[in-house]
Amino acid sequence: MKPAAFTYARPADWNAALALLGEGARPVAGGQSLGPMLNLRLALPEAVADLRHLPGYAGVELAGEVVRIGAGTTHAAIEDGAVPGRLGEILASVARRIAYRPVRNRGTIGGSFAHADPAADWVAVLPAFPGHAVLLGPQGERRVPLAGFVLGVFETALRADELLRAIELPVLPQATRWGHWKFCRKPGEFSKATACLLAVPGAAPRAVLAALDAAPLVLADAAALRAAPAAEAARLVATLGLEDPWRASLARVALRHAAEAAA
Amino acid sequence: MKLSLTVNGQATTLEAEPRTHLADLLRGELLLTGTHIGCEHGVCGACTVEVDGAPARSCLLHAGACAGASVRSIEGFAEDPVMAALREGFSAEHALQCGYCTPGMLVVARDIVLRLPHADEARVREELAGNLCRCTGYRGIVRAILGVLAARRGAAT
Repeated sequence: MKPAAFTYARPADWNAALALLGEGARPVAGGQSLGPMLNLRLALPEAVADLRHLPGYAGVELAGEVVRIGAGTTHAAIEDGAVPGRLGEILASVARRIAYRPVRNRGTIGGSFAHADPAADWVAVLPAFPGHAVLLGPQGERRVPLAGFVLGVFETALRADELLRAIELPVLPQATRWGHWKFCRKPGEFSKATACLLAVPGAAPRAVLAALDAAPLVLADAAALRAAPAAEAARLVATLGLEDPWRASLARVALRHAAEAAA
Repeated sequence: MKLSLTVNGQATTLEAEPRTHLADLLRGELLLTGTHIGCEHGVCGACTVEVDGAPARSCLLHAGACAGASVRSIEGFAEDPVMAALREGFSAEHALQCGYCTPGMLVVARDIVLRLPHADEARVREELAGNLCRCTGYRGIVRAILGVLAARRGAAT
């Protein structure tokens, strides 16, 4: 299908982008989620603001112990090693399994996170990290913990007048353990269940269960899951009250595999 | 909107509605009908072209996002040596029947050959997951790509 008519603007700086947002424009980065929704007329914006050319929108900066990933950094750039160190290894392994390479060449980490599709990969992974989403609004920047950014299905902590500018993550020690598992019957399709577990030496392990048709389940202390993956996965999923036994089974398996992989 | 972009090496300016996607611009405005349109929501891969040096879904790039871009559709690869090897491989291995998926397949195949010179069969199949072929069962396509990869590795040693 073809999209309904919309106007297009390419703001040259962040103030212009915020002004367009104030006028009701729909922000778009790589367009790999919004694009299909436009073509299928699931999204009917009157105006679209293309953020891709904003200064500093894409790119990775290392400042002390914090890695700042511009919201417009593509999945492909992360897959190809744009983020340094152990953190970069982990993020690259996630990025490589997002959709397909031609999609990863355009799709961005910030666009995907802000879109907040419950089955999206960054929605399922970033809440495990002790970092922040950097939001820019008319009053300036504010930081929201990654674990609290996605509030529901296509719902985030972003206010109507704010844009996601960057993701800030900590540099991770080489000994960091990581487990990640998602269920796709075909590589690249939307996940039916995704889980991950991050174990940074000296800190409580953290875990996320996602693709739930709800906000991801974030475990700030996943020590019990790490110690007894099968039993604890079953207990946790039982608390969610999932109606479909197949989805509940996949959720249990995802949590267990993620925990075992990070053992 | 007035839209300026480079297509197959030629600077082009055309008039387009912002909602028109690149595949329709290529086919309808520039009469480059080698780019095929399948699902129009990013799943089938038939419309894959090269944008600014990397494969992209032309059905998901609406006109505004193409402004200033350099686009290479299947017609733009006529003189490309990697694509020539792939064309021969596709022919030799019967990697197409109806040919509808082939332009997108070739753009992705070329990316695999250049980006992943050591890809094995499993990796090639994974990389092809975003391009649907309903004729061949992929065997010939995979063989053709593996053949070009092997030939290039042989030539490099």
